[in-house]
Amino acid sequence: MDKAIVTDQLTRRFGDFIATDAITFSVDRGEIFGFLGANGAGKTTAMRMLCGLLKPSSGHAKVAGYDIATQTELVKKNIGYMSQKFSLYEDLTVKENIRFYGGIYGLSNQRIKEKTAQLLDKLQITKEANQLVSSLPLGWKQKLAFSIAILHDPSIVFLDEPTGGVDPVTRRQFWDLIYEAAHQNVTVFVTTHYMDEAEYCDRISMMVDGKIKALDTPRKLKEQFSAVSMNDVFLQLARQQTVSNQ
Amino acid sequence: MRTIFFILQKEFLQVFRNRAMLPIIFVMPVIQLLILAFAANYEIKNIRIDIVDQDRSSWSQRLTHKILASGYFELNDAPLSVKAAYEHLAQDDADLILVIPPNFERNLVRQDKASLQLLVNAINGSKAGLANGYATNIIRSFNKDVRAEWLAMDERNGPPRIDVTYSNWFNQEMNYKYFMVPGILVVLVTMIGAFLSGMNIVKEKEVGTIEQLNVTPIRKHHFIIGKLLPFWIIALFELAFGLLLGKLIFHLPMEGNVLLIFLFAAVYLVVMLGMGLLISTFTDTQQQAMFITWFFIIIFVLMSGLFTPVESMPDWAQKITWFNPITYFVKVIRMVMLKGSGWEHIRHYFFIMCAFAVVINAIAVWNYRKTV
Repeated sequence: MDKAIVTDQLTRRFGDFIATDAITFSVDRGEIFGFLGANGAGKTTAMRMLCGLLKPSSGHAKVAGYDIATQTELVKKNIGYMSQKFSLYEDLTVKENIRFYGGIYGLSNQRIKEKTAQLLDKLQITKEANQLVSSLPLGWKQKLAFSIAILHDPSIVFLDEPTGGVDPVTRRQFWDLIYEAAHQNVTVFVTTHYMDEAEYCDRISMMVDGKIKALDTPRKLKEQFSAVSMNDVFLQLARQQTVSNQ
Repeated sequence: MRTIFFILQKEFLQVFRNRAMLPIIFVMPVIQLLILAFAANYEIKNIRIDIVDQDRSSWSQRLTHKILASGYFELNDAPLSVKAAYEHLAQDDADLILVIPPNFERNLVRQDKASLQLLVNAINGSKAGLANGYATNIIRSFNKDVRAEWLAMDERNGPPRIDVTYSNWFNQEMNYKYFMVPGILVVLVTMIGAFLSGMNIVKEKEVGTIEQLNVTPIRKHHFIIGKLLPFWIIALFELAFGLLLGKLIFHLPMEGNVLLIFLFAAVYLVVMLGMGLLISTFTDTQQQAMFITWFFIIIFVLMSGLFTPVESMPDWAQKITWFNPITYFVKVIRMVMLKGSGWEHIRHYFFIMCAFAVVINAIAVWNYRKTV
């Protein structure tokens, strides 16, 4: 199996509204896949379906080789997820958070111990291990949340606007962590609003109104739209959309 | 099982790290027991009375003494005119006026009968009723004294031969606290069960961590058990703590087997926790959860027979109380503690409670699955 995610005409309707309209794409193992689109374009709905939080109305998708509609539990075991809302427990310490998430993913006590030491060392927060998460700066929290999302060595990690509200330096550091994970053959599926971050991805899909309007490497996308930056590409697609709406 | 263990560990860490929590667990029961048990009291003492004695005879003096010696009344004033006494009643200085008219003694001696006038401030209905009752009783007893003294020698009109004596079973001294404290313990356990559990689950929604948990392989029933079990344990601890306080402070009797109370409480709490869970599936913020829980608890408590007997409610209201879990627990805890009822007496209520537990949790879990 060399595809991490395969979708086929994946659709989700809410009443008359089609949030995700028959999207078909695939993501390779170890790839950093950027999932872009304006607010309300259907990114979150698509991502929630891939994570097993939402059942598709029609179409199919396989994540880590498991069907998202019928093998939800297996999908969940094999993915990591970090939401745009900060998802660690502020009233628990760094160590307690690691222990809790390690525990519910079924890691042995021995493994939790090893992983904790590794993680603290990598993020250089060994000193802060027994501090409440609420006392950490936002950038640290975000890095910690990411590290905890991949604590159980998932083959795919979904990141939903992971760097919102973080300064550029920390964002850069955050992306170092993402690259490191990708090197270890973890597939990274990331949504973002920052166009400079889009440039870091191996491939990008642009969603408009529930459909994927463009999908390629950043370089090829720029050529295709004869744009200088991803920002241009995004604006051109958005403008097309406004014109067709009028 | 291991998953549940990790959730439990996290919950207990969070509960005991919460600064507001420890006072709630340890101080709330003490305060509730002390304040409610002393304040929520049907026995009324210190009823302020104005005695207008216009007769000033030895018999009127005796009546006055008898009333004041009863311990229920406190002399507010002894004005000469009824008008002044009215004034006191109007200004809420007095609760009751007793008017002993002129010639009270003379009528008593000569005509064998005399009249008295009682005026009661009836703004607080139950207080007025009690004041009236106490006063009437004392006067009747005074009347008996009079008859005994004056007419004892007379064969035809001798003192009444039949007198009803009564004794109060199961609460000999009619100690009001014996009756109230067990009920207050029920309210306490209910608060912990229904409020804290629901709010705890909604908090995960509010903070957003529930989304993270939903993508983990945690199974829903593991999550629910992990979330509710801590409060089940804390509430049972509260009950033990409250019973101990009741024993130490109020010398509460424990006629029956205390384990029966815990057995019943264990199932009762499953009902309350299920209610908390159900409410948490409807609400998104702790504030909403709290108000909705409050709404139900108030109705349940007021209609539970804790303060007013269920038997005195209108028919339709009595039917509603059949579906009120608090009613059953209040009844059972009083039966076991005061009457020493055994398993065969509470079995019926126990099974009803089990049925409640199954039904409410089935609805809650079903609704929980649907929403997330």
